[in-house]
Amino acid sequence: MPSEALDQLVRQLARLPGLGPRSARRAALHLLKKPEAHLRPLAEALSRVAREVVACGICGNLDTQSPCGICRDGQRDGRSICVVEEVDDLWAMERGRSFRGRYHVLGGTLRAIDGITPESLRIPDLVRRIETADPRIEEVILALGVTVDGQTTAHYLAERLAPLGVTVTRLGHGVPLGGQLGYLDDGTIDAALRSRRPLG
Amino acid sequence: MTVAWDDEGIVLRARRHGETALVVSAFTFEHGRHAGWIAGAAASRNRPLYEPGNRLQLHWQARLEDDLGRFTAEPIDAFAARVLDRPDRLAAMAAATALLETALAEREAHPTLYAGLLRLFATLAGDEHWRGFYLRFEALLLAETGFALDLERCAVTGRADQLAFVSPRTGRAVAQGAAPDYEDRLLPLPPCLLDASEPDAAAFAQGLQLTGHFLEKHVYHPIDQALPPARQRLAQQSEEAKPLGSEAR
Repeated sequence: MPSEALDQLVRQLARLPGLGPRSARRAALHLLKKPEAHLRPLAEALSRVAREVVACGICGNLDTQSPCGICRDGQRDGRSICVVEEVDDLWAMERGRSFRGRYHVLGGTLRAIDGITPESLRIPDLVRRIETADPRIEEVILALGVTVDGQTTAHYLAERLAPLGVTVTRLGHGVPLGGQLGYLDDGTIDAALRSRRPLG
Repeated sequence: MTVAWDDEGIVLRARRHGETALVVSAFTFEHGRHAGWIAGAAASRNRPLYEPGNRLQLHWQARLEDDLGRFTAEPIDAFAARVLDRPDRLAAMAAATALLETALAEREAHPTLYAGLLRLFATLAGDEHWRGFYLRFEALLLAETGFALDLERCAVTGRADQLAFVSPRTGRAVAQGAAPDYEDRLLPLPPCLLDASEPDAAAFAQGLQLTGHFLEKHVYHPIDQALPPARQRLAQQSEEAKPLGSEAR
């Protein structure tokens, strides 16, 4: 029978994505097997993150400072902003290293039925940011999910940003790298066909 | 001992349940609005199937009739993917699914409304005019929830021609000139609700105002709710699409 402290650790671990009670018990036992190598570093990392990490006041990214490293980086192109739903989307874009502009994290998408409105997202912040940016923002890239909610949000943003004189673009939709048509669903093939462009 | 059925349906909403499952609410042909749990549906490979607006072949199974039960699904038509890059059609699809999800009682069959929805979505996914179909779908939704508009003849004169308004109180049609002192208080009736014509931008906005008034009055106000935000956005878009000066009628 585990002690209360252990039981609490297992319960906390079990609340994490990807872990259930059984895998949480395994993770706890693994941490306890080599406390110096695993448990203490993890406890210190968690404690440091809880103490230091904040949401960036400009873009919504998570970092130990606000403004975050990306917003402070003078080498980045301040004329283009990539709008993403969540921080993990920003991190996914950064992994690709193909975008050197700045970001704006919306914090979700408009949701027809759940009553998530533009005001509950960071859309007013984005509008203010574009209005007051120096240098002037020329392009807003909408990197939102290819879902009904994601694209509803994209169309809403395109409409809302139109009077601000910025070019609004979106990521391409369609066949993924390495994808074979025979394995794709009808919707993806349809979207790819609609997004076709001249070759060469 | 289990209960089970096979039917087709349109996805209205998909909520995450745990990490890999979804609880999907679908509007089915024979079983009305019906929810079910789907294992593994939240995985990125399967998730596109359950976008609102998609048409699926569904198998539902549960231990007892009143249980949530499990769905298994196969795609029939990926309607949602075909409207994602067309803002007006996407807004109409989102409005229709939101209305059905919030206005209909669960597990009550509405086969006529299902047929109307299917016709609307097939139109939205294609390249035909869709606004007339949308307004007639909302009028059908009113009828199916028990609050049909009475557009057969004028409530004042009994005439069946020159119908131009609807009483906001009774939902009955009024002919042009039949109630001159009250016309500013009546709701304009777009012709596409009387025939199969396609409304222009101004008539579409008027139609949405008309059906929206009765949906609010009869369906949403009694349960202390407003029209769903997706329906409000469609109305707002249609107002913005109206040519200047078209307010006067």
